Amino acid sequence: MKTPSIGALALGIVPFVAMCFTVPLWDRVQPLVLGLPFNLFWLILWILLTPCCLWGAYRLQSTADRPASRDP
Amino acid sequence: MTPAATALTVIIAIVAIGTVVGFLAGSSQKMDLEQWTVGGRGFGTVLVFLLMAGEIYTTFAFLGVSGWAYSRGGPVLYVLAYLSLGYTASFFILPQLWELGRKHRLQTQPDFFNSRYGNRYLAGFVCVVGILAFIPYLQLQLDGVGIIVSVASFGHIGRVPAMAVAAALVVAFVFANGIRAVAWVSVVKDFLMIIAAVAIGVGIPLAHFGGIAPMFAALAHARPQQLTMPGATTNLGHSWYISTVLLTALGFYMWPHTFSAAFTARSADTLRRNAIVMPLYTLTLALVFFAGFATVLILPHLNNGDLALLTVVRRTFPAWFLGVIGGAGALTAMVPAAILILTAATLFAKNLYRPIFAPAMSDDGVARLARGMVVLLGATSLGLAIHCSSTLVSLLLTGYAMVTQCFPGVVLGLYWKRVTSPAVFIGMIVGVLTAVVLMSMRLDPLWGLNAGFVALCINFIVTLAATLATPARASAAAAELT
Repeated sequence: MKTPSIGALALGIVPFVAMCFTVPLWDRVQPLVLGLPFNLFWLILWILLTPCCLWGAYRLQSTADRPASRDP
Repeated sequence: MTPAATALTVIIAIVAIGTVVGFLAGSSQKMDLEQWTVGGRGFGTVLVFLLMAGEIYTTFAFLGVSGWAYSRGGPVLYVLAYLSLGYTASFFILPQLWELGRKHRLQTQPDFFNSRYGNRYLAGFVCVVGILAFIPYLQLQLDGVGIIVSVASFGHIGRVPAMAVAAALVVAFVFANGIRAVAWVSVVKDFLMIIAAVAIGVGIPLAHFGGIAPMFAALAHARPQQLTMPGATTNLGHSWYISTVLLTALGFYMWPHTFSAAFTARSADTLRRNAIVMPLYTLTLALVFFAGFATVLILPHLNNGDLALLTVVRRTFPAWFLGVIGGAGALTAMVPAAILILTAATLFAKNLYRPIFAPAMSDDGVARLARGMVVLLGATSLGLAIHCSSTLVSLLLTGYAMVTQCFPGVVLGLYWKRVTSPAVFIGMIVGVLTAVVLMSMRLDPLWGLNAGFVALCINFIVTLAATLATPARASAAAAELT
């Protein structure tokens, strides 16, 4: 069984920090961005950025797995 | 025809067409839970995107989210965060589960607990927790149908008869083996839901304010406090948001029907790739937020927020279109209800009753017992839906408070060889009891935190402490976790 590497885990934590723990920093109405309240805009932005973080984690994971997969 | 008759006729026609499509397709296509949740893999990219985006529109998302945007305001934003973060968490959990599942031929969530901890009583308890968590989830679906029919009939048909008919239909659906057909019913429903979501998310702000941006500008001017936390509430602030997002994101794959999806994927890599793209599907959910927030200014004095979306649809669109949305909504409630009820009944008979009380029971006996459970669960949820009124979002959060108590057992079981069966068992019992006590005493939120999250923390602490206090006894499965 392959445990995720530290780098992959760190990339996985990023969306949690951005969308969950930092809520007091971005939970406001102003400025309206693209017509949306700032908090709604921020969450939608991070819905788009979360796949980027996970893709990074996926790349780290597959490079880490490659040497291991040569073992019988 | 009166508007009520038009709307109801369209709803009945859509439910009838959906059911017939289901029964016809049922004979040729084998349908199980996993196929329903992962959709048809053979379809093209655009079609798959539409179908997956359509699946985001459950009764909860459609009526519940817009209802909370209307009645609570800002706190409903937790929904946008938890779906994305649920997939993020799954990236690190499901592939590991898949590996273990392949080694030990696991099929269900209790199977995992039985194999990892070698304790059928613990597995049975996980079953009980899963079934308990399903009951508010089922109640949510029935409530949804009741709301749809009563709004579409302009109040002529009450919620109670509508829910009773829906419950009877769901049980009949399951008995007639119609569950196999759910894939095609889902296709019909998903397309209708996408059309409905665009119509309401874009159409309602456009009709009343001239667009989405002017709508938010008007709301930011008139009721800015509605758009941030705690919104229209006094106790759903930032600490509630953080604790609720964590509880629901970590619990997202702990439901018996979502958990088992990990075992049927083609490879661990498939699960990782799915986790990467899945957050994108939740983008379209923003449309429901637009409609819910628009209703705050259009119809400021509704006393039940869950009625907000359909009432504003009734005000904005012709009656036949209310019927289309109502019909899609009714299918959206009944299809998952059928799947939940069948999963719960099967888990009860196969993973709880037979291994613990009647090891000699035949497969036919299990099937009969499961059918009895289908009726019992349908009746229980109907009874609760009639007697306990709660918002749709609160119902789902109650379910999460239960089901997330499985999380420590799953994650520690996957990543920590030392964790023992008695420790996980005691932790789960304490967690479930804490959640039940806090919620029945109306202590949710507690100190500004989601009560289910408080229970989860206690569960974690008890599990860790009990593990360190007992001698390590690695089970066979744990030994392979290297």
